[in-house]
Parts: sequence; C-alpha cells; structure tokens
Amino acid sequence: MNEKKAILQARQIGKYFHDPVTFKVLDNISFEAYQGEFLTIVGKSGCGKSTLLYVLSTMDTDFEGELWIDGQNISRWSQDKLALIRNEKIGFVFQFHYLLQEFSCLKNVMLPAMKLGKYSLEEIEHKAYEKLDLLGLKDQALKPASKLSGGQQQRVAIARALINDPLIIMGDEPTGNLDSRNSKLVFDILRDLTRTYHQTIIAVTHDNDFAKNSDRTIEMEDGKIIHDGFVRNGNIIV
Amino acid sequence: MRLPVNAEIAFTHLITRKKQTLVAAMGVMIGITVFIFLNSLMRGFDRSANDSIFRTMPHIRIYKEDEISKPLQEKNEKQEYVIVNPKIANTTKNLINPEQLIRILKKQPDVVAVAPDVAVSVFYNNGESQVNGIASGVNIMEQNKMFNIESFLLDGSLRELEATQNGIILGVGIAEKLNVRLNDNITITSSKGKRKVMKIVGLFKSNNATIDKSKSYINVAMAQQLMNERPTYVTDIFVNVKDPEKAAEYISSFQQMTGYSAEDWKKANEQILAAFRIRAIMSFAISVSILMVAGFGIYNILNMIIMEKLNDIAILKAMGFPGMDVVRIFVMQAVIIGVMGVTLGLMLSTTVITLMQKVYVGGDIGYFPVQYESRYYISGIVFGLAISFAAGYIPARKAADVDPVSIFRK
Ligand SMILES: Nc1ncnc2c1ncn2[C@@H]1O[C@H](COP(=O)(O)OP(=O)(O)OP(=O)(O)O)[C@@H](O)[C@H]1O
Ligand SMILES: [Mg+2]
Repeated sequence: MNEKKAILQARQIGKYFHDPVTFKVLDNISFEAYQGEFLTIVGKSGCGKSTLLYVLSTMDTDFEGELWIDGQNISRWSQDKLALIRNEKIGFVFQFHYLLQEFSCLKNVMLPAMKLGKYSLEEIEHKAYEKLDLLGLKDQALKPASKLSGGQQQRVAIARALINDPLIIMGDEPTGNLDSRNSKLVFDILRDLTRTYHQTIIAVTHDNDFAKNSDRTIEMEDGKIIHDGFVRNGNIIV
Repeated sequence: MRLPVNAEIAFTHLITRKKQTLVAAMGVMIGITVFIFLNSLMRGFDRSANDSIFRTMPHIRIYKEDEISKPLQEKNEKQEYVIVNPKIANTTKNLINPEQLIRILKKQPDVVAVAPDVAVSVFYNNGESQVNGIASGVNIMEQNKMFNIESFLLDGSLRELEATQNGIILGVGIAEKLNVRLNDNITITSSKGKRKVMKIVGLFKSNNATIDKSKSYINVAMAQQLMNERPTYVTDIFVNVKDPEKAAEYISSFQQMTGYSAEDWKKANEQILAAFRIRAIMSFAISVSILMVAGFGIYNILNMIIMEKLNDIAILKAMGFPGMDVVRIFVMQAVIIGVMGVTLGLMLSTTVITLMQKVYVGGDIGYFPVQYESRYYISGIVFGLAISFAAGYIPARKAADVDPVSIFRK
C-alpha cells in the first residue's frame, strides 16, 4: 500500500453528559481515518456511536481532546467556520432520513451545492440529476420529498451527501431503512466512491455484512474503542 | 458565486403557507392604512384650523405692550422700601410713526404683507340689544390682501366700506344677536364714550364663532375718531411672512427693529395649538400601536413557522448553513410579508383618502379635510418595514441558535 493520508484524526476525544447524572459517554477515543478508506463503526445500542459521529461531524463542539480534519485542528473553531467546513468537506446521511419536506428531491440534493456556490445553477442541477440517477431515483427528482417512501428518502439523502464531492461522507446507519437489495446498491456506490474518487466513508452500522465488507471496522463499548482492525476476507484483523 | 438559496427557502416557506402569510400581510395593510389615513387627517384638520385662524389673525402682530407703573424711587435714603401699588400705566397704545414702521417692515425679506390696524373695543347697540366686541379700523383693501376677507364675506361689499365713511362690516354673530341686516343702521359706543351711528355695508362669516360674535371692520379714520385720536393713531401692525410655521423666528428681530412688542400667531393661539398637538400625538401613538399589533402578527407567524421547521433548520445547519443564513431566511420572510402588507396598505389608504375627500361633514369644516400627505406615506413605509424587520429578527435569532444535534437526537 502506498503512503496513506490521514483525512480525519480523533485525539483522545472525551465527552460527558450531565443529564440526569454526569457520565462519560465518550472515553479517550483516538483513531485516524485515511483518504479513500471505508470505515465502519459498530457497537451495542447506546454505546455512544451516534454521539461520536456528531463530534466527528463538527456539529457537536462540546468535547475534550482534539479533532483534526484535512490537516487542520478544528477543535476550537467558531460555529460559522465549522459550517463552511461541513458544507465543503463533509457529507451526511442521518440515522433517520431528514429531507426538507416542502422541497422536491432535486432541490433537496441541490441545496448544499447552492450554498457552496462553486457552480452555476445549471451545473448544479445537472450534477444533482447525476447523483439521483446513481441512486436509481432519477424519475422521482421532481416529486416533493414528502411523497417518497422512507427508503427512497434515505437514498435522496445519500445523493445530497454526495453533491459537493466531499472529502468525508459520514452516515449514521445510512442503510437502516433499506431492503437488502438497496442496501447492497448503496454499499457498492459508497465503496466505488472510495476507490474511484478516494473519498473517505465513516459509517455507523448495525448491519454485520455491511461492516464485514468495509475496509476497517471500529468496535465500541461504553464509550470506548474496544477493537480497531482491518477487514480481510470478512475477518477483522488487528 | 452567491446563489439566492436563502431567498428560495424563504419563498418556499411562505408559499406553502399562503393563507397565514396573507393574513399577516393584511394585518400590516390595516396598520399602514390607519397610520397614513389618521395622520393625514389630523394634518388636514390642522390645515383647516390654521386657514380659519389666518382669516382674522396675521402671522405676526406688532403692538405696544401695556406698561406697569414703576415706583419713582426704588428705595429712599434710609434704605427703607417704599410700598407702591403697581398697575397698568395710563398710556395710550399708540405706535409712534406707524408709516415709517410699515415702510421698514415691508422691506424685510420674507415679509409678504403689512397692514395697520386700529383696534377699538366697542358696544354694538340696536335699540335695547347690546353686544360688546372689537371694531377693527382698517384700510379694507389692504387687509383684504392679507386675509382675503372677500372669501368669507356673506353679504355686501368691501368697496362699499371704502366708500362709506360710517360704514361697518359686521360678524354674522353680532348681526344675529342685534337682529339687523345689510343696510340697517346700528350705534356703536367706544371705550372712550364716543357714540356713532353706523351703516351695515357687509356681513362676514369666518367660521370662527367667537370672532363672528365680536368682530367688525370699520374705516381707520372712523376708528381714530372713536378713540379721540389723531390720524396717525395705530394700535397694531399686522405682518404676514412667507412661511407661517417660521413666524416665531422673526419675533426678536422685529422687536428690535420697531422697539415694540411682537407676537406670532402660535403664541397667540397657544391653547388651541396645544390641544391640536395633543390630538396629533394621540393619533400618532394610536396608529403606531396598530402597526405594532401588525408586527405581532408577523412575529406570531414566524414563530410558528420556526417551531414547525426546527427539523429543517437543523438539516440546513448540518449541511453547512451558518447561523446568519438562518437569520436571513426568516427575516426575509418577515420582510416579504411586510412589503406585501405595506404595498397593499399604500393602495388601501389612497383609496380611503380618495373616498373620504368626497364626504361632506358640514359645519366649519365642509368636506373631509384629508389629503395625500407624502410625509405620512414615507414614514408609513419606513415604520411598516422596520416593524416587520424587527418582528422577524427576534424569532430568527432564536432559530439561528438551534442546536442541530439536539434536534437529530429526538
Ligand atoms: N442529550 C443527552 N443527554 C444525556 N444522555 C444522552 C444524551 N444523548 C444520548 N445520551 C446517552 O448517551 C449514550 C450514547 O448514546 P448514542 O445515541 O450515542 O448511542 P448509539 O450508540 O448511537 O445507540 P444506537 O445504536 O441505539 O443508535 C446513551 O446511553 C444515551 O442514553
Ligand atoms: Mg445512534
């Protein structure tokens, strides 16, 4: 393997919740995610996976330790600067769909690119159609988001996460609402992105097959990393 | 490249809530209409009141102030106080050399008309009936230039007064009380005890009841005779300037120039004008309150949209929209509602003013004295938009503070 570039680094990340009692939800989390890597995070329900992902996504700034993204320590950055980073470098797929219900699927996909303002409206529209096509939703483009099924909405959300060609795509159970066929489709798309465009995927999942087929899996328990290993032939190697 | 993404989101929010948007805009419309109409009407009332004031009162009056008698010696040599009883000194109200004063005043910039006046307090008699009042000794043609007396002359003519040495033009109130008509004779008695038989050559109605019940016009020479005075005797000089609102500014210079007291019309009508001012302040306060209520309407609908859209706000922030964009999105909605409301309000108030101008009220007023006052149109627009902005900004700030993580966890 050639020289790996760390796109995201977590350094001794810790986090507390105080309600109803103070407890440490993340405890000394350290790892690096490399360019073009397909990383999955697994663990029992309530072990802190979503919490960790919110920290990594820069949306949650209330944590200890350091978070580096694309070579910059963004741990103390202002909300506005973080928003720019998210817009440009990070794409999200949430645990539940989360589209803007009053907008068409196409508009939903276009919004982050319109915010970024790097391309003209026509180019953005063209790209949005491409992404929707990739996820098998081209014919649904002009429907309002509220008229789509849960699985369709989730795929639109994935298309939206891809629109700005982000360095990192994060997903909290990105295939949680999908049947096995679509699950496979999404997995293949994400894998393709890591291979062709060297984008990094960090996905929380409960789906064992999904984890097994990824490049590397981090296992959590009670806010700690208990296992971090590369996947070879479906087995995690330390 | 900045794409109008915030505007697109704002419009979408409003378009999916057409009815509520329209109701909020209507609130603003009504607020703006009341604001423009009420304030324009008050200004119209003031204008018509001023018109009626200026029928009988000049912008500035120059006269000799009563003098209070002074003790001859302040203290005697033993440093004892001398007790005196101060009272109005028995001097005449004569202005010395009025011709020259008038000439000087006429030369002043901004002065548009100057006229002398001899005020005589008199009793008007017809048989048993008696009314007291003031007869103004005037050069009627000159005063007509100043007050346009002809415009409120009911009967008779000004020329007739000029031609008739013992002619008199009576206020209708006096004529009614004395039960006399044009060409009848009445007797007038001056404070100096002089009696004259006068011929009624005209009747006027100034629409100011007090004036109509006490004032009359007679020739200057007659007034001087009634006062037992020489032909140079003049009690007041009336001055009109270009802008009556600025009359007070000339007072001190006129006083210095003439050596007599000068009083502007506002000072002379202090009480009425104070009442007007209170009325204007009240209607301003009421109309601004109504605009504020309209503002609450906007505030309400925005608060509601924001509550419904917490999810959208969280998604937008997750996608990288900074707090300021969220503020913009919602303030834009408030301002769009505001602009709609203000536009409708301008149209409605113009319609209402146009219709009300055709309504006859009668009395001293005649037609509804309301005009299209550009100043209230402008301040209506400014207030309306400012209130809409504030009504949007307050909830929008809250929206910008939404923590996306806490929304996503629900
Ligand atoms: N806002 C909060 N205040 C207090 N405790 C919280 C809060 N959010 C989450 N927790 C707790 O923190 C722990 C970790 O939650 P988290 O959502 O990260 O779990 P998870 O691993 O994503 O679980 P799942 O697989 O069910 O999604 C849980 O015990 C949860 O109850
Ligand atoms: Mg979770």
